[in-house]
Amino acid sequence: MNPALLVVEQLSKRYRLPRQSLLRPAPQVQALDGVSFTLQAGKSLGVVGESGSGKSTLARLVMALEAPSAGQVRFAGEDLQALAPAALRQTRAHFQMVFQDPYSSLDPRRTVLQTVAEPLALLQGAGRVLSADERRERALQALADVGLGAADLQKYPHEFSGGQRQRIAIARALITRPRLIVADEPVSALDVSVQAQVLNLMQDLQEEHGLSYLFISHDLAVVDLMCDEVIVLQHGRVVERGAPDTLFRQPQHPYTQRLLSALPGLAQAALADAAE
Amino acid sequence: MFRLCCRHGVSGDAIASAARGNRYRRRVSLLEVTDLRVTLNTARGPAEALRGVSFALERGQTLGLIGESGCGKSLTALALMGLLPNGAQVAGSIRLDGIELTTLAERDWCRLRGRRLAMVFQEPMTALNPLHTVGRQIAEPLRLHKSMSRSQARAEALRLLERVQMPQAATRLDAYPHQLSGGQRQRVVIAIALACGPDLLIADEPTTALDVTLQREVLDLIAGLVCEDGMGLLLISHDLGVMADRVARLLVMYGGTVVESGPTSEVFKHLAHPYTQGLFAARPRLGLPRHSRLATLAGRVPALADLPTGCPFADRCPRVADVCRAAPPPPVAVGAGGGPGLRPGLGHEARCVRLNWPVDHDGLPNASPSPAGTHAASRAPP
Repeated sequence: MNPALLVVEQLSKRYRLPRQSLLRPAPQVQALDGVSFTLQAGKSLGVVGESGSGKSTLARLVMALEAPSAGQVRFAGEDLQALAPAALRQTRAHFQMVFQDPYSSLDPRRTVLQTVAEPLALLQGAGRVLSADERRERALQALADVGLGAADLQKYPHEFSGGQRQRIAIARALITRPRLIVADEPVSALDVSVQAQVLNLMQDLQEEHGLSYLFISHDLAVVDLMCDEVIVLQHGRVVERGAPDTLFRQPQHPYTQRLLSALPGLAQAALADAAE
Repeated sequence: MFRLCCRHGVSGDAIASAARGNRYRRRVSLLEVTDLRVTLNTARGPAEALRGVSFALERGQTLGLIGESGCGKSLTALALMGLLPNGAQVAGSIRLDGIELTTLAERDWCRLRGRRLAMVFQEPMTALNPLHTVGRQIAEPLRLHKSMSRSQARAEALRLLERVQMPQAATRLDAYPHQLSGGQRQRVVIAIALACGPDLLIADEPTTALDVTLQREVLDLIAGLVCEDGMGLLLISHDLGVMADRVARLLVMYGGTVVESGPTSEVFKHLAHPYTQGLFAARPRLGLPRHSRLATLAGRVPALADLPTGCPFADRCPRVADVCRAAPPPPVAVGAGGGPGLRPGLGHEARCVRLNWPVDHDGLPNASPSPAGTHAASRAPP
């Protein structure tokens, strides 16, 4: 059996809150508490939960943007925290991130070419020097993957719609040909029809490139569609996990049941239809 | 016309007495919007952003406005509140209890806003002033419109906070917005909107910034309050699921027009307009098989200045024909809900001349962004 692409073991993260009084220690908040999971290459793992449940903290820790208070993140067998900064930077080419809001995740003063080609700097550190033409070529390829073209290279983000911006953000994540993409609410800022386009695109890219997604969303229907396994986070703990089919049809934990019962009637009807 | 009325002005008392008079003469809808047109100044010259929107809303009723960004939902709400951006030109009529609002002077708008018309905004953090306590912000409309004393207004603010089920309301009165969670902030915004007992409550995406579980609580709260106070509710959302549960009548908007309107259950049953069908098909639903592809609409919402003269949806429509591009389609009755003899605006109608044209759903143009028009046009049924 292949070694797992991503192994997260007993991951915990505490944040210090502002000190309330000189005489007492600063209060802390436990954002993540002993989270473990394994993600195989080519598969997708969904993370659901309310805001404050630790979803985005998990994304930042997996991306090694922050250090965990305890536990380990192993990507392709390597402990990300144990890597030297230069080695970590090179490994970053293999895991990239797509953020929620395409209006704030793209630099308005950079052209699409500059934005999309930026992660190539990671490859240069590995001793490969890319010429301007090569960078342009790679950027074009990544844009073609998401359905944009050469005419878009010199444009600025404000010239694009929300859906197109999210495509640009995905192209930026794809350009280093990563094996894992961490997507933090990638479609929640988009309209229904645009959301459908981006979700279809993400599925196509997964088939084409054998990508794995760590897919964070509060939308249970989106996670149901995109993921092979789901973990439910509450107060930083995994309260339930399983394949979406069983998890959403026979939720065991009261919190999962509450999430499902909060769905509008239309969604519950769809669920009932699917169960028949 | 606009200037003339501005100069004469209408005093708030005149509005109130006219309203009473009207109520005796004939049954006047709480809100009646007729052929509302709004023209905005854009970088590319004036563009018509609302193109003849008409609807009516009675006390105690709920009306939903659904559509994607840029279709004119929020602009409709802003027009109803008299909060359109500078330079916007309004034509058509908005009547509240028979009073024409489009020609009101700003001073008269101020007497209505917060008193008879109230709005709950999408983003509670930006709707609240970070420098004032929530108690003071809830008291503001009470002090302004009801001339309450400071202590009266504070007592009333506390009652309102309790009414919107704010935990520990008494201590929260002196809290600043940043000390509250998203759901609590939205409760404060609702309390402000309800302060003066408005006749019409406009809720513009009130739960988009909130979690699913909170979303339900807040919508339950609004529904309960609307029911108790007998207000009219105009709920704006892009979420079909929310609409199915919460409103009795639904308007589907696209390109500044209402493309389909009717009782919510009828609209969901028939999904008459191709745009409504597209919206419905594009929604990820629980229980879809893994890796199934979602149906998508070809192209994208055109910019305001580029809206076609005919049907605004023509360039993306799987059923498009030449007749669609010639002139804006008139409303056509759908199913049994829109039989003749019904007052316009009560039945189920869709603005589409090819309503009964067969269309296969799987054949909806797919995801790859194609130049709008060419792709869709080639799909017209023979």
